Amino acid sequence: MSGLAVGQVVADKRYLVTRDTLVRYAGASGDFNPIHYRDDVAASVGLPGVLAHGMLTMGTAVQPVVEWLEGSGDDAGVLGWVSGYQVRFTRPVVVDPVVGAEIAVTATIARLDEAEGTARVDLTVTYADKTVLGKAQVVVTLA
Amino acid sequence: MNPELSGRVFPPAPPYLVGREKVREFARATGSTSPLSLDVEAARAAGHADVVAPPTFAVVVQEATLAQLLAEPDAGIDFSRVVHGEQSFSLSRPIVAGDELTATLTVTGVKTLGGNSMVTASSDMVDADGAHVVTAVSTLVVRPEDDGSDS
Repeated sequence: MSGLAVGQVVADKRYLVTRDTLVRYAGASGDFNPIHYRDDVAASVGLPGVLAHGMLTMGTAVQPVVEWLEGSGDDAGVLGWVSGYQVRFTRPVVVDPVVGAEIAVTATIARLDEAEGTARVDLTVTYADKTVLGKAQVVVTLA
Repeated sequence: MNPELSGRVFPPAPPYLVGREKVREFARATGSTSPLSLDVEAARAAGHADVVAPPTFAVVVQEATLAQLLAEPDAGIDFSRVVHGEQSFSLSRPIVAGDELTATLTVTGVKTLGGNSMVTASSDMVDADGAHVVTAVSTLVVRPEDDGSDS
């Protein structure tokens, strides 16, 4: 746990989500709800456009934490693994057919528990400068 | 929604065999660059039996249990009005390719808030030895039948 401190930003990354990303995630996850790939269906249920799967946003937002834990490919070794993860879906991500949607993720250490050997990493996840995941918390079990 | 759903435990879903290529496909689909998820040799060198599934992979296994809930005749849940409210995963160990996971769903809460109904469902997943691997909890929000937006 040495070298870690509450308040430390461990990752800061942006991801471009396009319609291609949505189709790929639909296949990988088995979630084929057409609001995630058909403009007409999205419009018919009153949505502002095709939405990213909430679970795609959740799954993508934790990746910078995984990258941080696994190191940058050097011999530093693995810091730990993700043993818990929770979010609230507070705002939809509308994915434009041409330019897509850019999601920004900042991961900050919020709590260190030496007795448990765990760290809580809080995520700030935004799209168009608005938060899309609320109470996004990752529990890391440290190696 | 039927408030008597709370506390109901469903029969275990058929076992789900975690495939190596499914793990890779899911990892790539969620922007992963993790060698542990994509490269068998890297995973083995780190002490895993095979490639390691990304943190939210259990949603793939959970899906069959949520389908049980939505299909329950007396549940009164209209899928077209369901919105995903919250999600969590609690893991005892990482999921790796080759795991055979059996998921059992329990409805842990039903409530009504501001016209919306909310159901919280917990899927407990065990491996072939019966040991706990992950619990996935979803809160689904069901919008009211007539929310005034339909013409």
